[in-house]
Amino acid sequence: MPSQKRKPLLLSGLEPLVISDATNFVNIGERTNVTGSRKFLRLIEKNQYSEAIEVAREQVLGGAQIIDVNMDEGMIDGVQAMTRFLNLMAAEPDIARIPVMIDSSKWEIIEAGLKVVQGKSVVNSISLKEGEATFIAQAMTIKKYGAAVIVMAFDEEGQADSLERRIEICKRSYDILVEKVHFAPEDIIFDPNIFPVATGMEEHRKNAVDFFHATQWIREHLPHASVSGGVSNVSFSFRGNNTVREAMHASFLYHAIQHGMNMGIVNPSMLEVYDEVPKELMVHVEDVLLDRREDATERLLEYAENVVSVKKEGKKQDITWRQEELKSRITHALIKGIDTFIVEDTEEARKEANRPIDVIEGPLMDGMNVVGDLFGAGKMFLPQVVKSARVMKKAVAYLQPFIEAEKNEGAQFAGKVVMATVKGDVHDIGKNIVSVVLACNNYEIVDLGVMVPPEVIILRAVEEQADVIGLSGLITPSLDEMVYLAKELDRQNIKIPVLIGGATTSKAHTAVKIAPVSQGPVIHVNDASRAVAVVSNLLQKDQREPYILKIREEYEVFKAKFLARTSSKTYLTYEQAQQNALSLAWNQFTPTVPKTMGGITLTDVPLADLVPFIDWSPFFRSWDLHGKYPDILTDTVVGEQAQSLFADAQRMLTQLINEKWLTAKARFGMFPANTVGDDIEIYTDKERNTVQATWLTLRQQLKKTKDQPNIALSDYIAPKSSGVQDYMGAFCVCTGFGTAERAKAFEEENDDYNSIMIKALADRLAEAFAEYLHLMVRKEYWGYAADEKLTNEELIKETYKGIRPAPGYPACPDHLEKKTLWDLLKVEEEIGVQLTESLAMWPAAAVSGYYFAHPEAKYFGLGKIKEDQLVSYSQRRKISLDEARKWLNPNLIED
Amino acid sequence: MSIEKDLEQRILVLDGAMGTMIQNHSLEEADFRGERFVGHPAILKGNNDLLSITQPEIIKAIHRNYFDAGADIVETNTFSSTSIGMADYQMESLAYELNYESAKIAKEVSQEYLEKTPDQARYVAGSIGPTNKTASMSPDVNDPGFRAITFDELVTAYREQVLGLIDGGSDLLLVETIFDTLNAKAALYAINEVKEERGIDIPIMVSGTITDASGRTLSGQTVEAFRISMSHIPLLSIGFNCALGADQLLPYVKRLANQSDIYVSAHPNAGLPNAFGAYDQSPEEMQSLIEDYLKQNAVNIIGGCCGTTPDHIRLIAEAAKKYPPRNPNHPQHA
Repeated sequence: MPSQKRKPLLLSGLEPLVISDATNFVNIGERTNVTGSRKFLRLIEKNQYSEAIEVAREQVLGGAQIIDVNMDEGMIDGVQAMTRFLNLMAAEPDIARIPVMIDSSKWEIIEAGLKVVQGKSVVNSISLKEGEATFIAQAMTIKKYGAAVIVMAFDEEGQADSLERRIEICKRSYDILVEKVHFAPEDIIFDPNIFPVATGMEEHRKNAVDFFHATQWIREHLPHASVSGGVSNVSFSFRGNNTVREAMHASFLYHAIQHGMNMGIVNPSMLEVYDEVPKELMVHVEDVLLDRREDATERLLEYAENVVSVKKEGKKQDITWRQEELKSRITHALIKGIDTFIVEDTEEARKEANRPIDVIEGPLMDGMNVVGDLFGAGKMFLPQVVKSARVMKKAVAYLQPFIEAEKNEGAQFAGKVVMATVKGDVHDIGKNIVSVVLACNNYEIVDLGVMVPPEVIILRAVEEQADVIGLSGLITPSLDEMVYLAKELDRQNIKIPVLIGGATTSKAHTAVKIAPVSQGPVIHVNDASRAVAVVSNLLQKDQREPYILKIREEYEVFKAKFLARTSSKTYLTYEQAQQNALSLAWNQFTPTVPKTMGGITLTDVPLADLVPFIDWSPFFRSWDLHGKYPDILTDTVVGEQAQSLFADAQRMLTQLINEKWLTAKARFGMFPANTVGDDIEIYTDKERNTVQATWLTLRQQLKKTKDQPNIALSDYIAPKSSGVQDYMGAFCVCTGFGTAERAKAFEEENDDYNSIMIKALADRLAEAFAEYLHLMVRKEYWGYAADEKLTNEELIKETYKGIRPAPGYPACPDHLEKKTLWDLLKVEEEIGVQLTESLAMWPAAAVSGYYFAHPEAKYFGLGKIKEDQLVSYSQRRKISLDEARKWLNPNLIED
Repeated sequence: MSIEKDLEQRILVLDGAMGTMIQNHSLEEADFRGERFVGHPAILKGNNDLLSITQPEIIKAIHRNYFDAGADIVETNTFSSTSIGMADYQMESLAYELNYESAKIAKEVSQEYLEKTPDQARYVAGSIGPTNKTASMSPDVNDPGFRAITFDELVTAYREQVLGLIDGGSDLLLVETIFDTLNAKAALYAINEVKEERGIDIPIMVSGTITDASGRTLSGQTVEAFRISMSHIPLLSIGFNCALGADQLLPYVKRLANQSDIYVSAHPNAGLPNAFGAYDQSPEEMQSLIEDYLKQNAVNIIGGCCGTTPDHIRLIAEAAKKYPPRNPNHPQHA
């Protein structure tokens, strides 16, 4: 024996395999070999991979410690089959647990296998058959992939068939590997060729004995190397007589192990326990194996004829669980991820159940709950749960036709849910579970996968007309992605409810950071079973609104409590904010007296005049093409689409101008104005005695950094007390007259594209009209910037003097101001633009707002306001606090 | 001076989080773009690695902060600098340059410090992250055999990263945050190729990630299986980082320490993230947890991952000074 302590051979799948002097013989599973198993070959040929995977599972459950995979068959694309099978095996945790033996005589198949295993595998095999250069190159490559290797006793001259040749070739191979390739000696496994005995040929008599001796020599002279072999070869002459073969395998193994063979390919169902072989049979077998008698072969053949081959039960996969009651079987199949019997079990459950859906809600969900619990407790891990999900999906897929058959009409699903793991995150387990559970509850799932960019989620949710969007993420940056996505939804005015889930998500984060940025409902769902209840509430018409309101209130309360605990943004009292108002130097400012005062109506502005004022970027955005015009036309991703869309838009624009599809109307006016507190008073007379209208402005309350004022729009108008005679204006423009009719006509021709196009163009023209009119006001009607010369681009960038903020937008989020504006300007009477109940303008392609002329006037965002300002506002507006709260809700601090 | 020599003498200190430090600068889109990428078609905010090109002074300052805190090794700002990681930003073609520039500025800072304190070695570790794709797991639940990336694609991407890191002057390479061992094997494959072609040697550290209390990597491997899967290439060190706080990570690091005959590293997070994804373990708390590593003789290289700051590293470095390094020649069992 070597004086040096033998280094262990270390292999790994998901778990380690340490092969040392202290470990028993390592059994290599061999049934996943197309050359050795006709059944496996047939499955691979027919592309029945999930059944083929069951063959692998049987091997592992049967006790294999390494699994040999061989795809060497002329009719199979070996590279593709090896890759696919190993990839599928990797998804089965109970199989992937053990190391893989990548078995092929074709180098490209071996390399394909090496590229898909994460553990340290074994290559089976290389040899000196094609000379030293190839041998070295292959060994070096194997080393780079990190695998052990089986070396066949084979060289340029052929396969070693004597003890001397076995020793010669193994020694030479070993020296090359260790000295030239620097291959770790413990990673070398020799296969000194197991050949059949009892063939009747004289030269085969010593085949077993030579193998034993070669094994012993290798283990004594080639430090740290292992010895392996395919045992069933030895009994080749006795094909058909399993009793003899099994006895022979038992004996061969016994002796080979005694001589130092430490691993081998043995079919466990073709192996008898050494001590259980009948003594007489064993004597005959060993006479042959050990070449103890001249007539050993004849004697064994004679004896064998009398041995009835009894079919062994074999050490098969443990299927005792099949005897359990149905519910336990289903749970077992889900936990173990075994889909072999799930269809028959599901069918059995279906027959017992009242309705097919009960199978899902009953035994299947119960099983998944166990999976969920085990996963939560860290007793199952990711790939297992994914597998459970697949079993579940199979069961559900089986039930689906039955569920559908029960329904009387086409509405097959209770709703549609788009699920995605957010950008930058690969974790989708929670998402998958939720998907499966929802699918089981008859929701249609559109799974976008992992690392899905926000724009894709939104696009698909809209395309699919999803009822709910489910977002998942596990790593911490995903939290920001979710906030971003919620903001984007809000920005695009998409109110699809969003479910938030995943390990780092929390009710706190959802309530404080995500829900507030979106007008649509955002709900944290911490487990799959809750997801069902939440989605069901969201989709039931009568429950939906109250439920959303309830969640929002709950989150607001939660958030308030949370914020009370943490030191977050601080807000000034309304009084403090007023004291920190922007104070402009009114004594050094003389307002320009408007050239025209009072209301003015424009009823037929030529559309062509508005075209140069169109800001095209939002037009593309409305078609979900993102980018700035004109760069978007040459964008590498959307450029082509943008160009084609733009061409269509130009075509329609020309037509609608020529054929006067739309009419542009405006109503606007300038009035004497002064502020009193945060209100702006509009006077009917030059003496400023009669107040005709009062604008209520809202003041920022967020505590600012030093020297920064808390602004309200009223700061841009001179206070009454200053004695300065100031002015302000208001306007409403609309290009939407004719849009709805035109759009409807398109729709009747099933032309949604142009229906959307006309609406999008009308919107753009309205914005352009607002820009155009503002310019006319600055230069002519009011004339405070008579000498202004700005390019269209500068206009879009808002570099002009003065502002035209619109009620409902950040500086003045109060939509009720529109009522004041309509009264003041008599908008509806003059140009026919109406306000809906919720104060939206109709026709939709309309813009309304105020004109402030002060050169210091800037657009700003109000931000959040406190209860004290709300109280003041409700009193000034003369409405109840509750009504005030309703209108200003998005801007209220949750306290 | 060689890192091997240093490691015989003492415990070396690796730096802390880069992302956390960058966040403190509250950089906006325009800052990320700098002048060079003003017209770049994709949103660049969040592409921290790009800052090595557009805001090199910020990155250099962070390296200085960590050296000042007592780090012996700083990591290049290249965690995601592969053509695969950069695809999110349509910056695949910049992969080599990102690595080169990041290594170069880290090396410049390390040179500054070598001149200031010639007795103390300062090393630059080229950071090689896992990419955002997994080679041994399917992102598609309905097709477990599907793979979003192949070994060969990973090797190609890693090769480019490794070349950039080496050309830029990295003293060693750190393959870290390994959640899928097959990805790391591709990285090691690429490193090996580059070493052979260039005829050079460069020390390699590898650091896996145990994702949760199951004690396994995301791809399902146990500590031991991970170690064995990484054993075919001579490594300077093996260790774990990220996902867990120091206390949760310690048992796994000890398992490595007991089995490995190479140096062992650990750079845990500053605790587990709170509800907002922020880390609030204080430097003092983390220091006392790291003391357990030191008392138990579990590491040769210690540092911090997510949420750690120069203050954390300062206290960790102070603690590390008081203890002898782990002796790699006597693993308890191999």
